[in-house]
Amino acid sequence: MQEVKASMAGSVWKITVNKGESVEEDQDIVILESMKMEIPIASEEAGTVKEIKVAEGDFVNEGDVIAIIE
Amino acid sequence: MIKKILIANRGEIAARVIRTCKKLNIRTVAVFSEADQKAPFVALADESYLLGPPRVNESYLKADKIIQIAKEANADAIHPGYGFLSENAVFAEKCQEAGLTFIGPRGAIMKKMGSKIEARKTMQAAGVPVVPGTDGAVESADEALAIAKEIGYPIMLKASAGGGGIGMQVVESDAELTKAFASNSKRAETFFGDGAMFMEKKLENARHIEVQLLADEYGNAVHLFERECSIQRRNQKVVEEAPSPFISEMTRMKMGETAVTAAKAIGYTNAGTIEFLVDEEENFYFLEMNTRIQVEHAITEEITGLDIVEEQINIANGEALTIDQASLNINGHAIEVRIYAEDPVSFFPSPGHITTMEAPAGENVRNELAVTANYDVTPYYDPMIGKLIVTGATRAEAIEVLKSALGNYKIDGIKTNIPMLETVIDHEAFKAGNTTTAFVQKHYLPMVKTN
Repeated sequence: MQEVKASMAGSVWKITVNKGESVEEDQDIVILESMKMEIPIASEEAGTVKEIKVAEGDFVNEGDVIAIIE
Repeated sequence: MIKKILIANRGEIAARVIRTCKKLNIRTVAVFSEADQKAPFVALADESYLLGPPRVNESYLKADKIIQIAKEANADAIHPGYGFLSENAVFAEKCQEAGLTFIGPRGAIMKKMGSKIEARKTMQAAGVPVVPGTDGAVESADEALAIAKEIGYPIMLKASAGGGGIGMQVVESDAELTKAFASNSKRAETFFGDGAMFMEKKLENARHIEVQLLADEYGNAVHLFERECSIQRRNQKVVEEAPSPFISEMTRMKMGETAVTAAKAIGYTNAGTIEFLVDEEENFYFLEMNTRIQVEHAITEEITGLDIVEEQINIANGEALTIDQASLNINGHAIEVRIYAEDPVSFFPSPGHITTMEAPAGENVRNELAVTANYDVTPYYDPMIGKLIVTGATRAEAIEVLKSALGNYKIDGIKTNIPMLETVIDHEAFKAGNTTTAFVQKHYLPMVKTN
């Protein structure tokens, strides 16, 4: 199981996967917006999206869990 | 006469405008978001009003609320700074309708220059050379591919309504263009409500050089020489200097005259900047016009001895320019570096808590700061937290002052681009004045990626 975490504070601009979807290593899970820049947050391993813990527009802090990949 | 100004902005530029107002005995009104309650500019103003939550569309972009506050506070003018509402023609017009002086050009001109396509047509008509590219909006990827065949790769794809590097991408092939067109057009639609794209040939080894203009309401216009702003990352400027170490005196004169002629032809008023791309043979092409004060205006102030914010206020007051071209001279050399809260290698933002903050001081060192020690840099706005401006009798002298000033800069708690700036200014190519827009790609990134 892998927790995909926010690498910095920002807001969730876009969620690019769906729950139950299988993802590859390095595939973008969400795109954060911080300081006018879009920052893709990718999965570190291949697996299935078990849970997405944020919604578009949510504010996240550095280290917050965004999704769980199994 | 303007007696009280509301500054519709934040950060270092709000503080900068307030400073000139104090000098001129003009009272100041700050507006701020919940994220900026403790920002230095709020404390500097005579009065301050909360706009709303941190997000820009609930705070700094709330045109009606800002105008309402200005009326309540009995301000008679609004200074828009840069970014936010500064190039919003509707806002400028609303200010005038509300009986407030908008410190900037008329809305109609802002509208024209705000559209890259419209601006290009207007400048072409005013005799300014433009980069080979599209004359109208490109609506589909197929149309883009056909145009690419004519002008050839590499091509710069831009959102017509764009700004801040958003919706902008260099493409090298048909495949890249097809992909980039779809994603950037969609992004432009999201950010600016307009997905129209625009294409121009990407000039190789080009420099970004811009001319500062001042124009009054009586048809007088002067240029305050050029600024070289070629060193950029993510299509945004990092190091700027004046004068340009590259162009000849002849080109300087030609660029200045072209800019003044264009300003007069379009009936421009107040401070503005025409940005040019300059190729290896010193041919220059219109890039865009910024109808507001620029981040890097300070280096022009340092070499001319003028206060550009003061000039803006005087022009807005309906006063005629007191300077003419013949009385303007370049005195020494000035360099500005932008201090960004970001990782110096990946350029990813680094919001967080600043524990220590010590800006360098000394002769020939000027700081414009948005933050202080014990301060939270939030993720809601641009990562620029300050500007460091240095001067010297020569470029080499200015570089020496900059080197020592950067060495004395101390910011703890967040990452900043100071290590990047130190590497850049120490590079032989920078010292030799070989500063093209490819500098970071060509000289900086290869160095840090191997280390």
